[in-house]
Amino acid sequence: MSAIKYLTNGLLKENPTLVLVLGTCPTLAVTTSANNAIGMGIATTFVLLCSNILIAAFKNYIPNKVRIPSFIVIIATFVTIVNLVMQAYTPDLHKSLGVFIPLIVVNCIILGRAEAFAQKNSVFHSILDAIGMGLGFTIALLAMGSIRELLGNGSIFNYKFVSNDAKTILLFIMPPGAFITYGFLIALTNNIKKKFNI
Amino acid sequence: MEIISIIIFAILVNNVVLAQFLGICPFLGVSNKISTSVGMGGAVIFVMTLANLVTTLIYKYILVPINVTFMQIITFILVIASLVQIVEIILKKVSPSLYQALGIYLPLITTNCAVLGIALLAVQKNYNVLNSVIYGASTAVGFTLALILLAGIREQIELVQCPKGMRGFPIALITAGLLSLAFMGFAGLIKV
Repeated sequence: MSAIKYLTNGLLKENPTLVLVLGTCPTLAVTTSANNAIGMGIATTFVLLCSNILIAAFKNYIPNKVRIPSFIVIIATFVTIVNLVMQAYTPDLHKSLGVFIPLIVVNCIILGRAEAFAQKNSVFHSILDAIGMGLGFTIALLAMGSIRELLGNGSIFNYKFVSNDAKTILLFIMPPGAFITYGFLIALTNNIKKKFNI
Repeated sequence: MEIISIIIFAILVNNVVLAQFLGICPFLGVSNKISTSVGMGGAVIFVMTLANLVTTLIYKYILVPINVTFMQIITFILVIASLVQIVEIILKKVSPSLYQALGIYLPLITTNCAVLGIALLAVQKNYNVLNSVIYGASTAVGFTLALILLAGIREQIELVQCPKGMRGFPIALITAGLLSLAFMGFAGLIKV
């Protein structure tokens, strides 16, 4: 029973992006298309999962005073792995995500979960927490990416819904559109949460 | 000439928060009041300039010669984290008044992705040490400018009636979007 609660916690109730407003930089920067959003979501979820497992497993050996630097080194190691793997196997995605792949290191969601969850809980619960939080982050990114791609480019996952010469609202794939879409999405989440009393 | 174009490009054309989306967390977090945003801006200018100097030196004279550039993420984040600590300790001793003003913002900067992001971008753009330092400093000035502008607007928004669901983060984000739209007007200022 409680295990399922850990898994679903990150989806809506404590959604890292839409409710806690953490990890905002990649949310705004890489969501110009649904493809980029999914790529970023998966990369971050992988790092979150690995670092949560390792930190939960070694929590009794890491001295309390140097825990933050230790967490950062663990996270940076996995980010380096993701960076090199993506450079080798998905060069196009790696190019369009650019500097935001190395910046997964300073994504507050990952360090936040390490500090608030993994260092106090068992490995199994930390895995569930990482999957839930990662999925919540990916869903939020996908929503942002789909809305922006649909309004700005008339397509989702490169599938065109309008004819090629149709005028689309280009503003939404440019920086201002990111801020505005994100603002309305947070407002929408707040209202849904209030309405259903979650 | 190159230096002037770096400065204008970093402050206005390619503003770090409004066009590159780096450092959004402090941008939203401390932009409630003008006074706190000035403090945060000062601390960021200080640390970002130093961080760019140190990371460029380390990259050029340590990582490249021994051929371990793939370690740059780990190296840079550790260098920045310890740099912030050192700056905090030195400032406490040398200038207690400046420490009073910037003190509480310094630890927050470690998690400011703009510092790491700009250090990585400076290396990616292959700037020499001088250009890298200027790039860091002017980016930080751009950050401070955007932060103070948003803080000023948010102080006014506090006074008007705003739909309940939009209060706080949503309205701040939409304001930032309009600011970003205004900054797009600088796009034609220089050719890069």
